[in-house]
Amino acid sequence: MMRFSVFTYAAIGFAVLAAGAIVLPDWAMFLFAMALAKGLVCLGIVGMMRGGVVSFGQGLYYCLGAYTATLAANFLGVSDIFLLTLLSAAVCLLVGLVFGPLLSSYRGIFFAMLSLALSMVLYGSLSKMSFIGGTDGLNIGAPTFLGWAPEGRPLQTALYLYVVAIVVISGTLMRIYFDSEQGLITLATRDNELRVEYLGASVRNIMAYNYVFGALLGGIGGTIAAVALGHVDPEFAFWTTSGEFVFVAILAGYLSVPSVFVAAIILEMVRSFSNLYFPNTWQLALGIFLLIVIVALPGGLGSLVSRRKGDPT
Amino acid sequence: MDLVATILVDGLIYAGWLFIVSVGLTLVFGVLNILNIAHGSLYAIGAYASASLVGAYFAAGGEAFPYGSYAALILAAILVAVVLGPLLERGLLRYFYGRDEVLNVLVTYAVFLILEDVMKLIWGVNPYFVYEPYTLLGTVEMGSLFYVGYDFAVIGAAIIVGLAVWLTLNRTQIGKVVLAVIHDAEISQTMGVNVKRIYLGAFMAGAFLAALGGALTAPMISVTPGLGVNVIIVAFAVVIIGGLGSVPGAAIGALMVGISRAASVHLLPEAELFIIYFVMAIVLVFRPEGLFAKTQARKI
Amino acid sequence: MSKGVLEVHGVQKTFGAVTAAKDISVSVPQGSIYSLIGSNGAGKTTFVNMVTGYIKPDAGTINFGGRNIAGLPPRQITRLGIHRSFQIAQLCNELSVEENMLVAGSIHGKSRPSFLRRSDDPQARERAMATLEQFNIAEHRHRLIPELSGGVKKLLDIAMAMAGETQIMLLDEPTSGVAADEKFPIMDLVINALRDEGVTVIFVEHDMDIVNRYSERVLAFYDGQIIADDTPDLVLSDTEVQRYVTGAPA
Repeated sequence: MMRFSVFTYAAIGFAVLAAGAIVLPDWAMFLFAMALAKGLVCLGIVGMMRGGVVSFGQGLYYCLGAYTATLAANFLGVSDIFLLTLLSAAVCLLVGLVFGPLLSSYRGIFFAMLSLALSMVLYGSLSKMSFIGGTDGLNIGAPTFLGWAPEGRPLQTALYLYVVAIVVISGTLMRIYFDSEQGLITLATRDNELRVEYLGASVRNIMAYNYVFGALLGGIGGTIAAVALGHVDPEFAFWTTSGEFVFVAILAGYLSVPSVFVAAIILEMVRSFSNLYFPNTWQLALGIFLLIVIVALPGGLGSLVSRRKGDPT
Repeated sequence: MDLVATILVDGLIYAGWLFIVSVGLTLVFGVLNILNIAHGSLYAIGAYASASLVGAYFAAGGEAFPYGSYAALILAAILVAVVLGPLLERGLLRYFYGRDEVLNVLVTYAVFLILEDVMKLIWGVNPYFVYEPYTLLGTVEMGSLFYVGYDFAVIGAAIIVGLAVWLTLNRTQIGKVVLAVIHDAEISQTMGVNVKRIYLGAFMAGAFLAALGGALTAPMISVTPGLGVNVIIVAFAVVIIGGLGSVPGAAIGALMVGISRAASVHLLPEAELFIIYFVMAIVLVFRPEGLFAKTQARKI
Repeated sequence: MSKGVLEVHGVQKTFGAVTAAKDISVSVPQGSIYSLIGSNGAGKTTFVNMVTGYIKPDAGTINFGGRNIAGLPPRQITRLGIHRSFQIAQLCNELSVEENMLVAGSIHGKSRPSFLRRSDDPQARERAMATLEQFNIAEHRHRLIPELSGGVKKLLDIAMAMAGETQIMLLDEPTSGVAADEKFPIMDLVINALRDEGVTVIFVEHDMDIVNRYSERVLAFYDGQIIADDTPDLVLSDTEVQRYVTGAPA
């Protein structure tokens, strides 16, 4: 297979996804937008999985980003989506820089549990903060795009194209990172931390970088989700939300960036389809799906297009 | 009554409940090395099963001897253990023994998701109420406050469960075998221990304890979908704090969490929901493996 | 005694009731080839672990390049130029031979590992291939680790340790796990490659033929102490060494 540059793939990806703005009906465009936004969070988890840890608490940043945007919109009057995204990214970067070095010493179950605990602390705190909605959460109004304030289908389209652009840019940057020297060292760390330390690299630093990237992606994903939904609530940080992100990351595997977004879209479609026709079975479907992936396709969907094994753990 | 005493009593009641709910989780981790997210589902199924069984008991004329409903509660827990224990352990989990801990968490997470919907399919989404057993033990007056007798019975049950587990592990033959398996399954096997049976037994015990937690709780609440979702993370917090695999640790963890939460409810209500995870995070920062973790070899 | 590239003075280490190192002192001259012998538990591995930073000595100094490196973490000691290989080859099992080498090379590259530059860019690959060729394992470059023989794994382990400026190389049982007929060819390769680069070599070995053939000086360990520090002939014929280490006249 001829090797195209990552930018060629990015351009193709953008074209394919952007075409959705023309062909997709409203409900589908919304579904795709949500799926892509959540896919960003999952991409962050995949980045950390490449280093050998699974985060069960990305809901922390998903929620943090969503609330930052909503609070900025409601209390500071910021409606520009670019600005909201930047604000959320900045907040999540700061928090990520605080927790990253802390979490970078943990592995396995303890990393999973500590990340989960942090997200549940946010959930618990927000649930009790009635001045910002408590468990009911808050609504966020329609975003503006550098001064332009669309409504109806144009708004949907603009939001959709915005998330597509963010996804393509983030996906491209992460792919470049994965293929880079630091990216290969991350993979090596997964396999043999001892050796990587003895070669002279700091494993803690590597894990911290990956965590911070995850925080950024989580926050941006949360912002877009909040804006698309028009609403945010503490459930964004509940452990089951984080669990769904992990599910998508496992389904996708860490070998291919597009597979993360494909997996996210699959999840949203299964959720919608099952809610419509077989209520009370969508978690059953997820659970069976997850088991099948673990047993039959441990490297995730990405292993179908890559020569590596890519076990999730 | 003195605020301190109130906090202590409330804390103890909550700690008793927490211990029953969490000890099975830590036991299963200790023996099988699996952090079982489906433990939350087993708890919920225990609650539903006991609601059904107690309901059936009273429908069949149990009014004549209402204390029999307690037997129904315990029977429900036993049924859950006997049916789901082998199904899950022999039917699924045993294929994953020895594999990465986090992978096994993902497997149990899949089981949890499946069981959440299975419960909805069997019991529907409407709430179940079985409050009768809760009222049978009257009320207890302490100072100016009234406590429900049943709540103290839960503390009693927790103590009985704790003693039973501790005595079984440390004073019986089978218990010593289980401890051997906890320390080294491979060596135990070469010494003739039927490790497969120990694993099944331990898992069933864990399932029973989870279901017992649910069964004892059912009379106190309305049994609805999503019970397990909230309980499992609280149980995680307790066992992580106490140290995975340590039964005394689960007791200490339950006490710490119970009293923290009671203190928070009375002193700082805003913190009530997150105090548990905050304590868990703090413990993990200073003692990365919990307070009494079973010894594990760590590399660099 | 002239100053060596590595000066160990009075190093001690106790693990609970076990004294792994009692007043260890040795001066290793630049460019020499030392071997460490001794039965299991005698203290050779503890010595290697203390020099490479895995363990911190309770007392004593380890001087390298004018500074005391005792107690520094492995990462820093590696960057100063003291590298090591492992008794059981420590490789990254899901990466190919070439990728393992690329990782080693990028960590020791002229600039810090990049978040942008491709790990397999032509210059990096050239450097990696050069080292693989030096160790005669270039033909395996695309293979994954589990497919390799013990000897090839060992060679890769050592090749990776060669990345960057190596001044002192500590080889922990370089021929253990290697087929008998491969031992000499591997040692020939390794010692020649290291000599070419002017590296000071210290290797731990149980096979006395290898010790005899390749080392200029031998340190014999027993019960946490160095009981002999001399040329191979003299050490191997020493009665104490024969009693506690080799068990038979050389």
